[in-house]
Amino acid sequence: MPRVVVIGAGILGLATAYNLAKRGVKDVLVVDRAYLCGGASGRNGGGVRAQFSSETNIRLMRESIEICRDFATEMKINVWFRQGGYLFLTRTAARARDLEENVALQNRCGLPTRMLDPSELHRIVPELSSEGVRAASFNPGDGVVFPWPFIWGYARAAKDLGVTVRPFTEVVGFETRGGRVTGVRLRPTRLSPLDATDEVLPAGDPYTEACDDVVLCAGAWSPKIAALLGLALPNKPHRHEICSTEPLKPWLGPLVADLSDGLYFSQSMRGEIVGGVAVEPVPEGINQQSSRRFLTTYARALVRAIPTMAGVRVLRQWAGCYDLTPDGSPIVGRVAEPSNLTLACGFMGHGFMMAPVMGRLLAEHVATGQTSPLFARWGLDRFARGALEHENMIIG
Amino acid sequence: MTAKAMLCRCEDVTLDEVMEALDAGHHDIESVKRYTGFGTGWCQGKQCVVDCARLLAQVTGRAPEMPITPRPPLHPVPLGVLASLGGDEEG
Repeated sequence: MPRVVVIGAGILGLATAYNLAKRGVKDVLVVDRAYLCGGASGRNGGGVRAQFSSETNIRLMRESIEICRDFATEMKINVWFRQGGYLFLTRTAARARDLEENVALQNRCGLPTRMLDPSELHRIVPELSSEGVRAASFNPGDGVVFPWPFIWGYARAAKDLGVTVRPFTEVVGFETRGGRVTGVRLRPTRLSPLDATDEVLPAGDPYTEACDDVVLCAGAWSPKIAALLGLALPNKPHRHEICSTEPLKPWLGPLVADLSDGLYFSQSMRGEIVGGVAVEPVPEGINQQSSRRFLTTYARALVRAIPTMAGVRVLRQWAGCYDLTPDGSPIVGRVAEPSNLTLACGFMGHGFMMAPVMGRLLAEHVATGQTSPLFARWGLDRFARGALEHENMIIG
Repeated sequence: MTAKAMLCRCEDVTLDEVMEALDAGHHDIESVKRYTGFGTGWCQGKQCVVDCARLLAQVTGRAPEMPITPRPPLHPVPLGVLASLGGDEEG
């Protein structure tokens, strides 16, 4: 029985481990540097959408939304899934053309996305100021989830099938032989007290776990871990901030995303308005600290879009890291060397919503060794070959 | 206290639910927060963090942990007030 070590207990690592175990690969160890939900999987806005500009992303996300719909029943946990749709809008002519082209492509892929005229826009979100809005698109099947129970659902289901999930365990090195990883060097950690930086400190001696296969899905931490193998990844962490307000009565149907300033907001099943906005520049590297600049920028953008929000209070703000690639598409699949390493990172802030379907595909890839056209296109070697991908529906 | 005692009133988290999180092996306060949702409501943990930290210390036998990472703002602030502020510098 092959032994798989999955690095990163975010949603992608846990979904992959769960799907491996379902396929009969039960000797799976998932490690994470800190607590579960500590990285982007616990810090994102919970958006789940199929409105993308590439056919690949549209088709994958259609399947992911199907999995989300069945998740509560399959995993016996409430993930607060609500299909209120996604409403994209833009205030520039160039982005309006993008939206129209994307809607045509989404329709060819079987999505019911449509362009909205001003009266329909007003009907769906009466509170939205349409000043300067050039175009808007709407897909009623998109939605939002509460990210945390998604993580606990996958973790519990994976454990029930025999998977070991080991938080507070960081990767400090690898043992290799003959172009393969034979062991992962691990060290126990604990949270650093007296600061709020989410750093971890060593809390024990390093030890080795032997492995036949390694899956690296550590999000923004992936390049640092790959570097321990001498592997240079082109992706970079990019801080994104987000905040939530006091809970309100249900009034906002869709997640609204403005492609011109990166503003997005939705109402969770708990009643809060959760949202963010693009803020540049951000500090280099992994940084999960909150800034006042974000809060004021977001407040200005949101009050412009929804003037009645001016009296609503912000309760909490936090930050997480997108994992950005040079061409906006993920890095997925086996690498040339070490030959038993599978990468799954660089998900551009869409990793959470893509994990339900990607977990299935990755488990198949690792369990059978078979590759697919998707994994060939999204492979690391595309950067060396110059065969780059393209995606323009990226928020923030 | 009974098992149904409300430990986090803002998010309706009972003592029972926190004990269940501890029983499930979540022995650090950041995990317990994310498993139960305690401390994420209106008062942002002003009432419940201490109780959760004490329970955790009792169950694990370890010294009480630092509180959960505090999330700004310190007190709920209206978006209209924030929108009228400067603060375009990092910080």
